[in-house]
Amino acid sequence: MTVLPVLEVGSLSCSAGRKRILDSVSFAVGRGEFVSLIGPNGAGKTTLLKCLMKILPFDGGTVRINGKDLHSLEQKELASYTAYVPQADSRYLPFTVEEFVMTGRYPHLSPFTACNASDRSAVIEAIALTGIDDLADRRMAGLSGGERQLVMIAAALAQGSEMMLLDEPAAFLDPGHELSVMRLLREINGRLGTTVLMVTHDINRAILTSGRVLVLDSGRLEYSGAAVDLISSGILEKIYRREFDCIPHPDAGCDIIVPDVIEYDG
Amino acid sequence: MTMTGMLLAAVAVLLTAPFIGIEKLTPAAVMEGDSIVREIFWRIRVPRVIVGFIAGASLALSGMAFQAVFRNPLATPFTLGVSSGAAFGAALYMKLGLAFGLAWLSGQSISAFFWAAVSIALVYGLTKMRRGFSTATMLIAGVAINFFFSSLILFMQYMSDFTQSFRIVRWLMGGVETIGYSSIWTLVPFMAVGASIVFASIRELDLLSLGADIAAGRGVDVKKTRRRIFIAASLLVGGVVSVCGPIAFVGMMAPHICRLIVGERHARLAPASFLFGGTFLVLCDTLARTVIAPAEIPVGVITALLGGPFFLWLLLGGAAEKSLIFGRESV
Repeated sequence: MTVLPVLEVGSLSCSAGRKRILDSVSFAVGRGEFVSLIGPNGAGKTTLLKCLMKILPFDGGTVRINGKDLHSLEQKELASYTAYVPQADSRYLPFTVEEFVMTGRYPHLSPFTACNASDRSAVIEAIALTGIDDLADRRMAGLSGGERQLVMIAAALAQGSEMMLLDEPAAFLDPGHELSVMRLLREINGRLGTTVLMVTHDINRAILTSGRVLVLDSGRLEYSGAAVDLISSGILEKIYRREFDCIPHPDAGCDIIVPDVIEYDG
Repeated sequence: MTMTGMLLAAVAVLLTAPFIGIEKLTPAAVMEGDSIVREIFWRIRVPRVIVGFIAGASLALSGMAFQAVFRNPLATPFTLGVSSGAAFGAALYMKLGLAFGLAWLSGQSISAFFWAAVSIALVYGLTKMRRGFSTATMLIAGVAINFFFSSLILFMQYMSDFTQSFRIVRWLMGGVETIGYSSIWTLVPFMAVGASIVFASIRELDLLSLGADIAAGRGVDVKKTRRRIFIAASLLVGGVVSVCGPIAFVGMMAPHICRLIVGERHARLAPASFLFGGTFLVLCDTLARTVIAPAEIPVGVITALLGGPFFLWLLLGGAAEKSLIFGRESV
């Protein structure tokens, strides 16, 4: 693929106290790519996303977004290039759904002007694309986990950025909502051309939805390659320290992982 | 609609409060009355009502800003130790018998502002010492700073002679009584700058109340915004405390009540808190000077006595579910 990289990460390192969380991580993401980032708990996936959003400072390495050095970017400019959907949590969120989606327009607003027609239409489009029209007047605090996640993505969409970083967007969702969130991300990626970098623990989802997979283990990037080659690369056994049973997916043709049978002989 | 109502209520209270007090006055009496009536009205009542309004509005606005920045309903000038810091600054100035000023700004207010800023910096610094940012740590740090400065004030009182000590004690009870307009000129610059900063930051406050990570993802420079808000709040609290002493509860209660009335968006919440805080303190002060007339109760006593139960009633009546949780921020 000879696409212009929208994100270039070079030897990125990040520590918390004495503990090194990211250790010289380097990779690039091309415009319009759909990339999944997998790895065991504590591998540094969330930290990586937070470093990219300037939420956490990093000690070494370079990050370039749209060719611009991260350090030279104002937060507002960064947000106009990159939207971020943090890991779902149970924190209290104020506002109604529509008001919340409207906060996505922040990087495009100057301090003393009201939102204009283009801001409003971006909000309406984001709400329509995510299919949450009937939630628009509900309070954020009253939504279910699945609804809430769709609204988080709608707000990130309203931001109009060309890249979206998502931290386990479908964790804790039922299979129905999981599918709608992943379909939505595919649609955003395919139709709008938005670059997607998504952290996930769902290996099959990473294989079936993304073009490329990055594997992080103990702060090091251990693999970067086509999603369909992930299983044959043998990297999974190494980083998760266990065996996986695989079968070919009936429609996709590539291999996927099957759930384990847990035997109990007590 | 609700906003217009609040504005009308504020205007009505501001127009009637000066006539109420130990000596009931009427507009006619003020217009044609003898010089004593006029003196009471123009040199005592009107300035007092204005001071009360500015103080209430400033405290409410700073409380609102703290609650958004720290994402916690308990974050107020009082709980964070900012009031105590400001009170220490003002008391120190009184105790040392200093007399400096910067241009037309009073030295006592500058000292209060400075120590308010120091206490916020301490609370924020202590909270940030561990990686991330925990609201629970923040509240504990606030309590510690509060005790620290309160003890310093006690120590100063102990070291003072009787007159100085009495002056400090009375001022610590909180009150908006004033003679003439000098207090107002002291308060106005602090309020004007502090409130302007807060009003210019309403979008950032909206986003910070969603959490620092979401705010940063939307393009808010979290550190810079926090610093800006802390300076604004120090100005608001420092100005009020130096003139009126620490007045409890307005800063916590007013923004909460306003959230229930106008919602959580700061574009409405900020003006509502400003109006409500001001109106509320003027009402409390009117009560303070009429309830046991001819004696007066310090207004701080009234706000705490009235505010406490009312606040609990609100909280138990369904407002609790709207309150922010104790979360851990990553920034």
